[in-house]
Amino acid sequence: MSTFLHGPFLWYATRAAGLVTLVLLTAAMVLGILNAGRFASRRWPRFLVQGLHRNLSLLALLFLALHVGTTVIDMYTSIGLPDAIVPFLSSYRRWWLGLGALASDLMITLAVTSLLRQRIGHRLWRLVHWAGYLCWPVAIAHGLGMGTDHSARWVLALTFACIGAVLVSVGYRAVQAIPARRLAR
Amino acid sequence: MTVVATTRRQAYPARPVRRLPRLLAGLAGGRPAGLNQHEHSYGPLPLPEAAWSGVEGAARRAATRLIDVVERSGLTGRGGAGFPAGRKLRSVAAGPGPAVVVANGSEGEPASRKDRLLLSRAPHLVMDGISLAAFAVGATEAYLVVHGDDARLVASLEAAAQAREVAGIDQVPIQVVGIEGRYVASEQTAIVQHLNGGPGLPTFAPPRTHDRGVAGRPTAVSNVETLAHLAMIARYGHTWFREAGTPSAPGTTLVTVSGAIARPGVYEIELGTPIGEVLMQAGGPAERPQAVLVGGYFGTWLPAEVAWPVSMSHPGLRSVGGAMGAGILVVLPESSCGLAETARVVRYLANESAGQCGPCIFGLPALADALADLAYYGGRGDAVDRIAGLIPLIEGRGACRHPDGATQLAASALAAFSHDARWHDAEGPCYGVRQPPLMPVPGDVEYW
Amino acid sequence: MSERLRVNPITCTAHGMCAELLPEFITLDPWGYPIVPDEPVPDELIGLARKAAAACPTLALVVGKRRRP
Repeated sequence: MSTFLHGPFLWYATRAAGLVTLVLLTAAMVLGILNAGRFASRRWPRFLVQGLHRNLSLLALLFLALHVGTTVIDMYTSIGLPDAIVPFLSSYRRWWLGLGALASDLMITLAVTSLLRQRIGHRLWRLVHWAGYLCWPVAIAHGLGMGTDHSARWVLALTFACIGAVLVSVGYRAVQAIPARRLAR
Repeated sequence: MTVVATTRRQAYPARPVRRLPRLLAGLAGGRPAGLNQHEHSYGPLPLPEAAWSGVEGAARRAATRLIDVVERSGLTGRGGAGFPAGRKLRSVAAGPGPAVVVANGSEGEPASRKDRLLLSRAPHLVMDGISLAAFAVGATEAYLVVHGDDARLVASLEAAAQAREVAGIDQVPIQVVGIEGRYVASEQTAIVQHLNGGPGLPTFAPPRTHDRGVAGRPTAVSNVETLAHLAMIARYGHTWFREAGTPSAPGTTLVTVSGAIARPGVYEIELGTPIGEVLMQAGGPAERPQAVLVGGYFGTWLPAEVAWPVSMSHPGLRSVGGAMGAGILVVLPESSCGLAETARVVRYLANESAGQCGPCIFGLPALADALADLAYYGGRGDAVDRIAGLIPLIEGRGACRHPDGATQLAASALAAFSHDARWHDAEGPCYGVRQPPLMPVPGDVEYW
Repeated sequence: MSERLRVNPITCTAHGMCAELLPEFITLDPWGYPIVPDEPVPDELIGLARKAAAACPTLALVVGKRRRP
């Protein structure tokens, strides 16, 4: 048991879960941006883009829980549950860890407001959902800063692939002219 | 049965014996009738004593009696919809908490002049109506809404409201509010939204204004002419009101007659008067009439011979597939082209869209294009089909009735001018399109 | 258990999600806006109707007992 809690297994688990969370979050981000840009094709109807965005976000939350859980029970570091929730509380690598706490708070807020969307109404939901554009870069920064895996080339390459995917989506979204209201005054 | 008692120990002028004019009886020369002149013509505001007594039960009972009288009179709204005024007052009075009364004098229809006339010459008659309506529904706020760009009118109404406040006539002070001149800004929900501090654009029900309107309170929005009639009914009773008009359409109403007519202007007629008789009152057609537009820009075209015997009333016009609207009659002469006139008006209506709902934003310009093609370009044989195809795509799919008015006009044009439409579609424009435009469209644009 | 679908034409911005999810009931006009019949939703489609209302990006589509006002 002690080996489990003090040994390297949890450390590997938390890094793995963290990377999976990042990839899932990136995928959810890309789909969300495409949905806002009204992307659709024969193979990708709107409801698929939206549905996949929703499901991948929920899956990302699951892996976030694993990532946070394995970190907290790992006795090797002194990171407790409060440090995972309140940003910049911990003294262990305060800023990078704090960014992770911030990103996860945002993720949870986005998820909860989306699940309650029909109750809180469209305008409030939309206002909160803009925070997605903050959540993802914060998560990326947390990953880059916390990562003891810098040396592992593939981790860096994966992170840059995620960044690239989001940049391409944002580019697509920016040039998409959503038909503006003709007479909106 | 009886008239509600007055607060001042002053006799009313005797009940008018002649059936007409009623609303237009007290109209002075070209100036607004002042308070003294108004009271000389119509007597003082017949607010029941119970209104001032402070005894709540007595006031409520007097208010209910007033609503009864209005219901028995059969007065219907004169703003176009023709909703029973008594029923509206009753449902607002029944709502929770203090109510709000809004008098709609904004008259968005370019072809209508009656509200402007009433407000500029007999403002106190309208304001009496507002005061009485406020008493009837238990309102604590009252607004009179007009177009803000008419600075002179706004100033004269404010002066009239001020005079009343000084004289201490009304329980609820009347606030004059100016709104945008846009067509859709005159719509009921747009006015309520404006008074609530929002944009003057129509909203999508629910909630209905009589349930929750200004400041979330039950709100009675009525046309100024309706309120003027209310002011008369409160003085002379429902039996008197019913002495004019017909059993199913009692009372008198103001109509605006324009187009190819000898004496265009505003006339007061008994409801149920045949359209032909109304036109003769206005001096008769200036040229041989081809058709009559009844109800304004949201109205219906009727071929002249069909229109002539039709009674000017809601039931009368419904029986020929039309609607009375706000009492507007425009006479189209033989020399003009009804399709061209319709194309111009629908283009105007398309430009006046609030821009909130897709079917209106995209549908009305498409309809205007198709009508313009039919009227001015024609010859391809498909314009009528395009118009007919567009109408069901637009009707009933907006938040307000703006697009419905345009489709109604277009559909009635295709029916009334069906022969011309077929000809235009096959051959091209007729000579009538070169005639000067008949119907006023603010900011008119040449089409050739 | 008869429900009707209503669309708020002001809030609707023609995403077209509803017509994808409920093509048996909702069709799109030439400009991409939904044509929602004013009839009760058939019982077998009610589940999909609720999904369509939940999926509407602007929450313009609403399931309710009341008629279109």
